[in-house]
Amino acid sequence: MKIESLLGDRSPGPSYNYAFLDEPSKRELRRKILKAVSIPGHQVPFGSREMPLARGWGTGGLQLSLALVGLDDVYKAIDQGSDASVNAVNMRSLVARVAEVETTLDTREATIVQTRHRVPEEPLREDQILVFQVPIPEPLERVEPRLSRARKMHAEKDYSKMWLFLYESVAKHGEITVGARYPVIVNGTYLMDPSPIPRWDLPKLHEAPYLSLFGAGREKRIYAIPPHTSVEPLEFEDYRFRIERFPGEAQCRRCGSTDTFLDELIDEESGETYYTCSDTSFCDKRLAAREER
Amino acid sequence: MGYTAVKGGEEAIKGAERLEYAAAEGSGLTVEAVEKGLKHAVDAVMSEAGLYAPALAARAVAEAQGDLAEAAFLLRAYRSTLPRVGYTAPADTGEMRLVRRVSSAFKDVPGGQVLGPTRDYSQRLLGLRREETPQPDESPNGAVNAGEDGKLSRITDLLRDAGLVAERRPEESGEPFDLTREALRVPAPRSGRLQSLARGEAGAMTALAYSSLRGFGAVHPTLAEFRVGHLPLRVEHPHLGEEVEIGEVLCTEVEAVGREMGYGGEGEDEEAAMSLGYGLAFGRGERKAISMAILDAAIRAGAERAEGPAGPAEDEEFVLYHTDGIEATGFVEHLKLPHYVTFQSSLDRLREVQRKGAKVED
Repeated sequence: MKIESLLGDRSPGPSYNYAFLDEPSKRELRRKILKAVSIPGHQVPFGSREMPLARGWGTGGLQLSLALVGLDDVYKAIDQGSDASVNAVNMRSLVARVAEVETTLDTREATIVQTRHRVPEEPLREDQILVFQVPIPEPLERVEPRLSRARKMHAEKDYSKMWLFLYESVAKHGEITVGARYPVIVNGTYLMDPSPIPRWDLPKLHEAPYLSLFGAGREKRIYAIPPHTSVEPLEFEDYRFRIERFPGEAQCRRCGSTDTFLDELIDEESGETYYTCSDTSFCDKRLAAREER
Repeated sequence: MGYTAVKGGEEAIKGAERLEYAAAEGSGLTVEAVEKGLKHAVDAVMSEAGLYAPALAARAVAEAQGDLAEAAFLLRAYRSTLPRVGYTAPADTGEMRLVRRVSSAFKDVPGGQVLGPTRDYSQRLLGLRREETPQPDESPNGAVNAGEDGKLSRITDLLRDAGLVAERRPEESGEPFDLTREALRVPAPRSGRLQSLARGEAGAMTALAYSSLRGFGAVHPTLAEFRVGHLPLRVEHPHLGEEVEIGEVLCTEVEAVGREMGYGGEGEDEEAAMSLGYGLAFGRGERKAISMAILDAAIRAGAERAEGPAGPAEDEEFVLYHTDGIEATGFVEHLKLPHYVTFQSSLDRLREVQRKGAKVED
């Protein structure tokens, strides 16, 4: 310990470091990221810091982004696929403020895309990083709330309780009833929670060319899917994993899309159900392209 | 576009923030007034934030308009921007300049019972004018005239000397666990357990400690002593190697003793002794420090009992993972965020099941 550092700054008001966190903290995060990349799908504990956003509001993803971000980066934040959702707006303005970084709404322009609950519709490239905000990193939480026991199950690769859980849902309901947060096996080894993305987005993660990082701030875990890694949903030979279906006639009311994940909405006047793209930036792009034509 | 209520741009967020602050506009509340007049709030916030900084805590209380969970969150988030400089030398609470010191175990203790400032024994009548106005020379948080220079040795030291409380072997050596730098996993090292409880939310801890007292657990201790005082802190001088005092923190310490609290001692002979639960909180945090001492003992009892925890209070994972107010409030309130995608995904499953069900009936 240096006495100078104790006496260094005696100004009474708060003062802030680049990208909010102090440098040793960012270094720790980067080291833990490297470890996570080296062991695909394995949850690496880290000393999660309290952030200027509430726990459970994306602090894990935010810490990853702030540990990675530099002045040359371009940052994009989405929530439910939308850049305009309140938390995405807040996240983007926070990162721009503390890291003086350029932000974008265009998935293709970003170097770091931070997301809650979606994978963008446009495929990411190998030079882009997708950062997920994770509420519950433990995939076994559905069958074993005690982390100490779940940890042992991972160590022994004992996922029988999860298989049983899926079997029971088929036996009771004739279907696997897991909606979002569908459990996957990464690199043929670890069971992983892909965060609450819809099943629609899962196939995109399989053998993806880009790095996916997952940060759970409150639960203090980081994990990763390195580029070109297999991501396989749990399924039975006779009861397959299936992505969400939309009714046959469903299409985006704005851009006419029939091949994107749709938000289901109700028209205030007519009371009728209609749909729009969940990925608003993609929807805007398609709309613009269509209008040009 | 009015197609969903929750989506909004920067303007909506700014507007919402403006409305939130507008209500307190012109209240005249100053940070200084909070620091002086709302001491308990300031103490609670520092305690939960894990940062001893009365002026910043007072600012947080003022900015949060009295929402203490929010204020603790503000201060804890600010703490994230500070590097860890080092550790102090172990502090000896026997050196506290005492403000308050009470033993519920003995009527007469060396040095006497020092009530200090408290409303514990007063009638709590709302709005009643106080008969006794404070004397100008009475400083409620100054040291009392106890022992030499306001210091008194601890009751548990006397109990240990008499062989009534087990001499505990230190469970760890070297650098303590640092909760702010590492993820806490259970079973936690004791330094991690105590840190976690020291930053815990007083209400949550009180509820769990209460459950133990009511029989959902075996621990129901006696307070050998609780003391409130100014604790001097020292760091090792980097060049001279001597310990140098760098200041004092006001804190509350509780030592609870009892049977049925796990032994934690060494050797057969100590099984007949009582063991100790420990609590320490920044500021005047008596309720919290007592709860902490109960939970510390309860967790040990649960871990040592062959048949396992006798209730939630004795279950380490349950207690440590659910008493952090900042984590709990954050996650509970995150439900206010949009969940369209996950909801759509579960609707899809529900409709699929309903569709199949309908088919079977045909």
